[in-house]
Amino acid sequence: MLTIKDLTVSIHGKTILKGLNLDVKEGEVHAIMGPNGSGKSTLASVIAGRDLFDVDKGEITYMGRNIFDMPAETRAREGLFLGFQYPVEIPGVSIANFMRTAINEKRKHLGLDPLTGAEFLRVMEEKKKMVDIQSKLASRSVNEGFSGGEKKKNEIFQMAMLEPRLAILDETDSGLDIDALKVVANGVNKLRRKDNATIVITHYQRLLDYIIPDFVHVLYDGSIIKSGGKELAVELEEKGYDWVKKEAGAGNAA
Amino acid sequence: MSDKNNQILEEIGGSDYKYGFYTDIEMDQAPPGLTEDTVRFISAKKNEPDFMLAFRLRAFRHWKTLKEPDWAHVEYPPINYQDLIYYSAPRKRPKYDSLDEVDPELLETFEKLGIPLDEQKMLAGVAVDAVMDSVSVGSTFKKTLAEHGIIFCSFSEALQKHPGLIKKHMGTVVPYTDNYFAALNSAVFSDGSFAYIPKGVKCPLELSTYFRINAAKTGQFERTLIVAEEGSYVSYMEGCTAPIRDENQLHAAIVEIIAHKDAEVKYSTVQNWWPGDKEGKGGVYNFVTKRGICEGDNAKISWTQVETGSAITWKYPSLILKGNNSTGEFYSVAVTNNRQQADTGTKMIHLGKNTKSTIISKGISGGRSNNSYRGLVKTGRKAENARNFSQCDSLLLGDQCGAHTFPYIDVGNRSSIVEHEATTSKISEDQLFYCLQRGIDMEGAIGLIVNGYAKEVLSKLPMEFAVEAQKLLSVNLEGSVG
Ligand SMILES: Nc1ncnc2c1ncn2[C@@H]1O[C@H](COP(=O)(O)OP(=O)(O)OP(=O)(O)O)[C@@H](O)[C@H]1O
Ligand SMILES: [Mg+2]
Repeated sequence: MLTIKDLTVSIHGKTILKGLNLDVKEGEVHAIMGPNGSGKSTLASVIAGRDLFDVDKGEITYMGRNIFDMPAETRAREGLFLGFQYPVEIPGVSIANFMRTAINEKRKHLGLDPLTGAEFLRVMEEKKKMVDIQSKLASRSVNEGFSGGEKKKNEIFQMAMLEPRLAILDETDSGLDIDALKVVANGVNKLRRKDNATIVITHYQRLLDYIIPDFVHVLYDGSIIKSGGKELAVELEEKGYDWVKKEAGAGNAA
Repeated sequence: MSDKNNQILEEIGGSDYKYGFYTDIEMDQAPPGLTEDTVRFISAKKNEPDFMLAFRLRAFRHWKTLKEPDWAHVEYPPINYQDLIYYSAPRKRPKYDSLDEVDPELLETFEKLGIPLDEQKMLAGVAVDAVMDSVSVGSTFKKTLAEHGIIFCSFSEALQKHPGLIKKHMGTVVPYTDNYFAALNSAVFSDGSFAYIPKGVKCPLELSTYFRINAAKTGQFERTLIVAEEGSYVSYMEGCTAPIRDENQLHAAIVEIIAHKDAEVKYSTVQNWWPGDKEGKGGVYNFVTKRGICEGDNAKISWTQVETGSAITWKYPSLILKGNNSTGEFYSVAVTNNRQQADTGTKMIHLGKNTKSTIISKGISGGRSNNSYRGLVKTGRKAENARNFSQCDSLLLGDQCGAHTFPYIDVGNRSSIVEHEATTSKISEDQLFYCLQRGIDMEGAIGLIVNGYAKEVLSKLPMEFAVEAQKLLSVNLEGSVG
């Protein structure tokens, strides 16, 4: 579904991703962990099509197509979803309106008729229940005045609404209380299907107790230096990143 | 609401001015040029009472002594007033009781504009008095209005049927000596609307009028007069779109509102004259004088305007708060794109005690446009405890456009409180990317963000007008970033 080969990305001449490789198949859940500033959000942004960054080398294939041939909105309509680490506020635009617009853009792209008001409301109610969101949230402006946790839950709600093929959740668990964490994990698990995939970026193995990953990757200084199963997350939590760095350094001769 | 918004976003696709088309109705027009004879021709053509011709001539003679003002923050080539045509009317002289009698081509035009001048609108409870060029061509719900004693008709008709009311009120709020364009309008005004709400009557319908420029080179000089007697209420809406035109078109309207004791008038307008092409060629010059007076105690007048069109807009809907405890409100969204220039704002003149005014202005500029807010808040010597709150926000969509704020405050009374807040913001890359990532393209994203930004003002508009306004904001900001 998503294949990244030798991806090298820079901003203002500073290289951030350095020859990164990743392969995500349908039905899989990948976790990406790594210290602050290692390039996790950058990777997510580049996949989603943020044009702030320069792609110096490498390729990304999404659903069999060169992802760089698709503008950001096309990627989204083709089922790519990014749960933002820092969701932005859009004053005066209700979540309902925002989602209705997004869904109908996607439907248009897929050659489907737009949802009528009633259909949309029905879907929204269903998804709100699924991710356990209070009804009043949907009538509020997008993220405006939301608490940190509410913003993250709202990302999950949007994910539920858009039913992505590939969801990338950038630290969606950060700043959540235990109950909210379960809500988020629950949402992800309920949306999990054989033909979709999820990449969760997180600092905490705790989340991975709820969302069981098939693979855990360590992103360090712009590349993935170690991959493993879910036990790798436990090990990282116990021992930190130093040992992985050393291991990689030994094999890589820094 | 979301329903409509979506529709808006879907319609953004094309890049040409959506409402740019031209209806070919045979014209009956005055020869170009402006002399006393032109004024007499117009008055005779409309079979006006003598006092009207006398008024026009006084205004014309005064106008000849004036020079065009140049203080606004706008630039345009000199207008040759002798090149303009000052009167034109559809030849098939309309006097309709039902829409069936209306020229089908005209109805088609309204259809294209998305103006539902039909059963739907009636069901929606809106009486429509549509002004095409200079003559009013359709009135609905007149009977309902008549039952309440409400007069709502074209200005010409009012001159025939209610000359006394016109004579009594016309020019009392905006005298022809007020300014250059007011004098010009007073001399050559073609038609417009008149609304009269008798004492104690709450108008059960939203009154609306659609203006449109349609004849090449025809200056459009509309005149609106709204009189709300003691304890009455009316909500009045006015809107327009204009066809693509290669030459500049002058529009110099006058709107006068009079609210007596305990009366309330809500005046809403969505203005979408042809703004010219991307290089600023063509487009309407909109030089308008709008003013209301809260004549009696506890009167209230509010202006709500959405300005999206015109090559040049020069417009300051103002209020004189004369009655004690009277209230004035001004809510405005002004959008400029490409080479558009707008110099708009309001004047709140507090004369009575405990008078209150609120000004909320949202300027949105894209392309290489210039958007100025110019506002005056003045409190008179006797205006004890007068209060004003002004908020002027500017949103910039690129870095080649300009936003300017010129607040003038003139306090003549120590007990008055005048507050002014201003902000300038840019649409953020993060917001745009957030929308793109949800599958909403750039134009759609801008439409959404801008509509959100203007929501505080849009929410003051009558519901169905709000929907039209949202459309216009989106359509008019095509290609505004970058
Ligand atoms: N817009 C930008 N301009 C300049 N540098 C940037 C920009 N975005 C990211 N960087 C730099 O790129 C590096 C990687 O940042 P990124 O946000 O991808 O890290 P991260 O792994 O997501 O960190 P965190 O765990 O703190 O979220 C950092 O050094 C950061 O400062
Ligand atoms: Mg990050």
